[in-house]
Amino acid sequence: MSVSEPLVKVRGVTKAFGSNNVLNGVDLDVPRGSVVSIIGASGSGKTTLLRCVNLLESYDSGSIEVDGVEVGYDIADGRRRPRGERDLARIRADIGMVFQMFNLFPHLTATENVMLGLRKVRGMAKAEARATAEQWLVRVGLGDKLASLPIEMSGGQQQRVGIARAVAMNPKVLLLDEITSALDPELVGEVLKVVRELARDGMTMMLVTHEMSFARDVSSRVVFMDGGRVAVEGTPREVFGAPAQSERLRGFLARIELREV
Amino acid sequence: MQYHLNYNFVWKYADRLAWGLVLSLELAVISIAIGCVIGLTLAVLSQGARRPVRFVIGMYVEFVRNVPLLLLVYLVFYGIPSIGGFAYDATTSFVITLSIYAGAYLVEVFRAGLEAIPKGLIDAGRAIGLTPVQRVLYVQLPTMFRIVLPSLSNAFISLFKDTSLATVLAVPELMFGANWIYTNTFRIVEVWTVVAPIYLVTGFVLLGGLRLLERRFAIGRR
Repeated sequence: MSVSEPLVKVRGVTKAFGSNNVLNGVDLDVPRGSVVSIIGASGSGKTTLLRCVNLLESYDSGSIEVDGVEVGYDIADGRRRPRGERDLARIRADIGMVFQMFNLFPHLTATENVMLGLRKVRGMAKAEARATAEQWLVRVGLGDKLASLPIEMSGGQQQRVGIARAVAMNPKVLLLDEITSALDPELVGEVLKVVRELARDGMTMMLVTHEMSFARDVSSRVVFMDGGRVAVEGTPREVFGAPAQSERLRGFLARIELREV
Repeated sequence: MQYHLNYNFVWKYADRLAWGLVLSLELAVISIAIGCVIGLTLAVLSQGARRPVRFVIGMYVEFVRNVPLLLLVYLVFYGIPSIGGFAYDATTSFVITLSIYAGAYLVEVFRAGLEAIPKGLIDAGRAIGLTPVQRVLYVQLPTMFRIVLPSLSNAFISLFKDTSLATVLAVPELMFGANWIYTNTFRIVEVWTVVAPIYLVTGFVLLGGLRLLERRFAIGRR
């Protein structure tokens, strides 16, 4: 596979919840080492798209490839069969995800939250897993919270554990699903700082966000979704600088700007 | 004629009450342990199971819940051996009954516990690549255990009191000890005014201990 081939390749993906068509043929490329931000009004399908990439949601038709592997289906002899859970577990191990509500395991400490995947999925020895987990927690600025339980941490701290849990697995791509939406405003900065550092280190990321200034600042590409499709796509400068090309984007940005004030 | 309270008769046979209490506790502990295995297995099985499986589990739960426990005690002790042509001792028979009874209640407790696990935690387990079995072991069960612990405590206290029914099979538990003293001394008031507080205090102490355990394992606590 050539290096220039995108790491995540989305083609014609559709998804319906009952009679509600959430994704209507999405095409999207995420090149290696790039950061792609997905913006759009609620209901535009951006979170669903993200959850399709690691098969937390299945997609109905189209294709999503991560590093050349079709994630949702096993294609053999020209037949598409939905992948089994074991297959999916193996694929998901290489795709990190950080959630809006953190979703830390409440009975485990920060270190144990990060260790679980390393031990049970990567099969690391306990000491090695602990060392790796602690190293990542120190990197996200939680060296003093290693033995803390989620309930004992602030939202910003919990979310940084969530990031450490995902990146410690050494994923090919990191999916960030509105990771600052549930945070108090004063805690947003500490989380975005970690994401910025990851971007600088070349981590490939797809993120859904409402933080427009952050998207502008950290992304290589910005995708505006509307009605389950990619409506506008370009560099941050193109999307935020000259939204004249799309009435819908202009409206969306105007509403967001107002809210940010 | 006036009735003179005389507790000497009760103290004379206090060892029957002491050993009775020990056996009552044993019956309750063994039954809740087996009941947990039954309840947990069936609750996990009925998750995403086919309709016939869920129907059979539902039948078991409804049957046990809507039939008096005393009837189940008789049914297992007299009924099954007469059909099956084999016999077992009264204590075993009662433990089997109480376990079946506990299991039926605990299926519902565990099922509710499994359903109360936040979906996001399961997503998080999937996202780091845990297999379904690993998700049950490392995410769902530990979370569920903390959710259901208060219900388990209540079930245990209930079972402890229900062990008194074993007296009808002459299992020498606390109630049987009390009956024995009463029938041999006719000191009915003395016996029951001693035995009731024994049940009460034991229940209280158990509940206190279980509440401590609950606090230690409260969601998010170690």
